[in-house]
Amino acid sequence: MTGEAHTTRDELHARRGSRLFGRLRSNGVMIATLSTLVVFGAIGFVVVNAPGWERVQAAFFDPELGMRSLPLLLQALWVNVQLFVLAEVTILAFALLLAVMRSLPGPVFFPFRLMAISYIEFFRAIPGILVIFVLALGVPGLRLPGLPNDQFTWAVVALVLVWSAYVAEVYRAGIEGVHASQEAAARSLGLSRFQGLRYVVLPQAVRRVIPPLLNDFIGLQKDTALVSFVGVVEIFSRTRIIAGGAFNFTPYIVCALIFLVLTIPLARVVDYLVARDRSRQLAGALGSGPARRGRLLGGSPR
Amino acid sequence: MSRTSEALVVEGLRKSFGQLEVLRGIDLTVAEHEVVALIGASGSGKSTLLRCINLLEEIDAGRIVIEGQEITAPGIDVDRVRRRIGIVFQSFNLFPHMTVLRNVTLAPRKVLRLPQAEAEGRATALLERFGLADKRDEYPDRLSGGQQQRAAIVRAMAMQPDILLLDEITAALDPELVAEVLDVIRELAAEGMTLVLATHEMGFARDVADRICFLDGGVILEQGPPSEMLVAPREERTQQFLKRIIDAGRL
Repeated sequence: MTGEAHTTRDELHARRGSRLFGRLRSNGVMIATLSTLVVFGAIGFVVVNAPGWERVQAAFFDPELGMRSLPLLLQALWVNVQLFVLAEVTILAFALLLAVMRSLPGPVFFPFRLMAISYIEFFRAIPGILVIFVLALGVPGLRLPGLPNDQFTWAVVALVLVWSAYVAEVYRAGIEGVHASQEAAARSLGLSRFQGLRYVVLPQAVRRVIPPLLNDFIGLQKDTALVSFVGVVEIFSRTRIIAGGAFNFTPYIVCALIFLVLTIPLARVVDYLVARDRSRQLAGALGSGPARRGRLLGGSPR
Repeated sequence: MSRTSEALVVEGLRKSFGQLEVLRGIDLTVAEHEVVALIGASGSGKSTLLRCINLLEEIDAGRIVIEGQEITAPGIDVDRVRRRIGIVFQSFNLFPHMTVLRNVTLAPRKVLRLPQAEAEGRATALLERFGLADKRDEYPDRLSGGQQQRAAIVRAMAMQPDILLLDEITAALDPELVAEVLDVIRELAAEGMTLVLATHEMGFARDVADRICFLDGGVILEQGPPSEMLVAPREERTQQFLKRIIDAGRL
């Protein structure tokens, strides 16, 4: 019943919310907080009092320089966001096309399979930075008629070419994970090969691979920093400029923190989707999701 | 399309998987409104025969004619042929990411291009008839095996096929769920649906089938009405098979 489905979803939300603290009773939370303060406090104390800390602090954790560089870096981050979004949307579509090409059966489709396989093998084998250099530094200089001449566009193209190869393999795993009997059932109803793929195989395949797809999102998000080497002023180039001017590494730390803040929510979404998927698969068989335990604070096993 | 009283004609059908020849010349004629049960040991080719009739397997030799049209002729539109032949599988093969209603309406909407309201109206009527009206909006995972199999039958029937193939549709069910599925088939048979079913349920075959075909070694070794086939078969292999079935308490 839909009512039951809602219950499981609510339970799931409750469990998700409880990942850190829920299973612990209130005095458990107090103990956990206290011991965390003690442990982290001790580590901090040791580090801060270690010989040479002052030099480390001056070179890596200069608060004044950090605050000064933050708005400049955030501004430059906008370029990364554009790179990421443009590339990701294109990758999702292009990689799906590659995966479908690679999954076409029969001798007629051999050339398509060959194309897809060669493409994937090629771009997985060579370093991404190399592709970015060749395209973003090489192509604009040619001034080819009818093609864009700016580094930004070619950097996006390079990211798309490289990451599509990985994402295509993720999709392919999903397509192969859908049992052949599903396609047989679709075809037996009179659906064409394309309709079977569109309505039956791909929806199931994509659902299965959402967590690994998001992992590749994270990888791509970080790889946008590689574009700094071909003259696109994005967050990492800006970091290098500021750090170089100040003879100080603090901007790198700030830059790292910005990536951390961007990536961690995405990683949590991946975790959540994996957990939801698992509980949905079990929901049919057991009528409830899997027992979830607090991970960091170790909820007591039932 | 010429109308004949023969719903299905299979002639000299051969099918190999690699070195293994599973079907070695099947000849079978099924009249309209006839119910034919295929029996035989596992591996005798019952399922392969059904999958060949539905063109899910490419055949090596022979021909298959449905309602006067040769469907194994070169250049035939297999998608068009399959609209007229329903098949229900042992493992249900419902689409797990769709509700029962969407499972049933997918092909009528996408293949027959029925408007959504009409497809849903048809589907709802069929679901009601087979006692699944309240499961319309459920996902298959939340249904019992018997309900899933009935939903799969409804899905096949929603295309209004000329002939329905049933591939051991009760083999994956718990014993107490078998009856509800067989009742559905009985109703379809009583209504005059042309059925070809592969089954291990000899009691059911006896009750519902007009004719029983015994497959052995990739050919139809013997066929006849249930009263003969299950009581006094002529062939020694058929007798041995029946004896095993009776010894196992399945007749």
